[in-house]
Amino acid sequence: MTDLTSLTLAEARDALKAKSFTAVELTDAYLAAMEKARVLNAYVAETPEKAREMAKTSDERIAAGKAGALEGLPLGIKDLYATKGVHTQACSHILDGFEPTYESTVSANLWADGAVMLGKLNMDEFAMGSSNETSHYGSVVNPWRRNGSDANLVPGGSSGGSAAAVAARLCLGATATDTGGSIRQPAAFTGTAGIKPTYGRCSRWGLVAFASSLDQAGPIARDVRDAAILLKSMASVDPKDTTSVDIPVPDYEAAVGKSVKGLRIGIPKEYRLDGMPAEIDALWQKGIDILREAGAEIVDISLPHTKYALPAYYIVAPAEASSNLARYDGVRYGLRVPGSDIVDMYENTRAAGFGAEVKRRILIGTYVLSAGYYDAYYLRAQKVRTLIKRDFETVYAAGVDAILTPATPSAAFGIGEKADADPVEMYLNDVFTVTVNMAGLPGLAVPAGLSAEGLPLGLQLIGRPFDEETLFTLGSAIEKAVGTFAPKRWW
Amino acid sequence: MSVDTATVRRVARLARIKVTDDEAERMTNELNSILGFVEQLDEVDVAGVEPMTSVVSVKMRRRQDVVTDGEDAEGVTANAPVSEDNFFLVPKVVE
Repeated sequence: MTDLTSLTLAEARDALKAKSFTAVELTDAYLAAMEKARVLNAYVAETPEKAREMAKTSDERIAAGKAGALEGLPLGIKDLYATKGVHTQACSHILDGFEPTYESTVSANLWADGAVMLGKLNMDEFAMGSSNETSHYGSVVNPWRRNGSDANLVPGGSSGGSAAAVAARLCLGATATDTGGSIRQPAAFTGTAGIKPTYGRCSRWGLVAFASSLDQAGPIARDVRDAAILLKSMASVDPKDTTSVDIPVPDYEAAVGKSVKGLRIGIPKEYRLDGMPAEIDALWQKGIDILREAGAEIVDISLPHTKYALPAYYIVAPAEASSNLARYDGVRYGLRVPGSDIVDMYENTRAAGFGAEVKRRILIGTYVLSAGYYDAYYLRAQKVRTLIKRDFETVYAAGVDAILTPATPSAAFGIGEKADADPVEMYLNDVFTVTVNMAGLPGLAVPAGLSAEGLPLGLQLIGRPFDEETLFTLGSAIEKAVGTFAPKRWW
Repeated sequence: MSVDTATVRRVARLARIKVTDDEAERMTNELNSILGFVEQLDEVDVAGVEPMTSVVSVKMRRRQDVVTDGEDAEGVTANAPVSEDNFFLVPKVVE
């Protein structure tokens, strides 16, 4: 039998249906792969017993002809998702020992469709980071390495564990979340496909909150089809999240492989940054050529407020985070460090429980919301956000169906390489992705080639609200032209 | 705008995070670097622009005014670092 972990999610699904192997065999193959790959530090908690039990139930349902859409397919879950009775800490020390008594809506949707949980995936603490280096559990190692080098690289972040696990074949697909680029940037760094759906497409209930007006759940997968299959199961309207939207969930997989003929693709001039590496520019041009040859119409567009998205994000997101993270007080869950009185206990607990990046963002957020500064910072940033969204509305109203940009300004960098840099330098990783969160739009990162050093590079497709289908169509056209990418196993 | 170490200490107090002198010093520099970066927003003409309140234009749904949850004190306190008889225990706050 060939290595079961080499199959895509769609292939494994079809093979299980054809009874070529069992769900237990498939799950065991992944559990064995995970054991051999612990050096990557992708999982922070493995749940082999639960996985085998779920796989056994799947085999029974398959035998009874009652298989769900994801029956028997082993997945990894980002540590930000509440999973009942299982490690859920958003990779923070402050949530030490937290095991929720409830299940997030998105993961519950996956289990209802028959998926199997392999464990919880590493991430930047509270999803604050672009390299997975802020995790309390240590950095994730990117399964990709530069040609002829054994230096360890970051997988991107915050969903670095999700991206690394998918790229290294340690799960068929993974859940992730995206507040400013946390699905798309790690997908681009690992040669995987990741989609941040429209704000409201997936329920946020049971996700550890970072910035509530920006957070959105989505999948990271081996290819565009797998991402489409996973999103269909993850998305739903949910009475427990009033920002989840009551629009039917389409069959996203049906959009994969459709013709792109006649679609109008906007190329925003503001994404052509000064000092952008030539290979990123060349990759973007390659994407343009692929879509044009496939019959799409390419049009130059302008999104004039693009450069203000990142600074506005670094007001809005920390402000919301400072409010959301106020709940970690040493009383209701997680870590408690004693003090001389209750305030001293709060201060000691939060000083010991939060890492440096999280503290930095809480302080920025507290400052911009504090008396006398609210109008100058937060209110102004929310007005700029209106203008950013209006830029997109204007081009969509003019008949543009989707927008093509690079996903990141560079390929993956070395672990520790930016440790002494200014925090803003790390933030610039999200310069192409953050606009999409600010406007609430869907964005798909799709691998499009390798750098001169042999590292994956990705393109981003941005769509109209709730038009994820067009993104899957366009993403699959790019994938068809360039193929898919897998790292050489060294671990 | 920029902050000094005293302001960082005041904000840290508001956020209930204890900071050492070294941390306050380092954070002052980092916060000033971030505040310097966001300063470019001052160039944008926002006259007459409404601040964003909801990124997707939907009407807020209202649920039925009925009890759908509760009666689970045990579950609610299950993860508390210190609890007794389904109550959260904290240091004494009233003499």
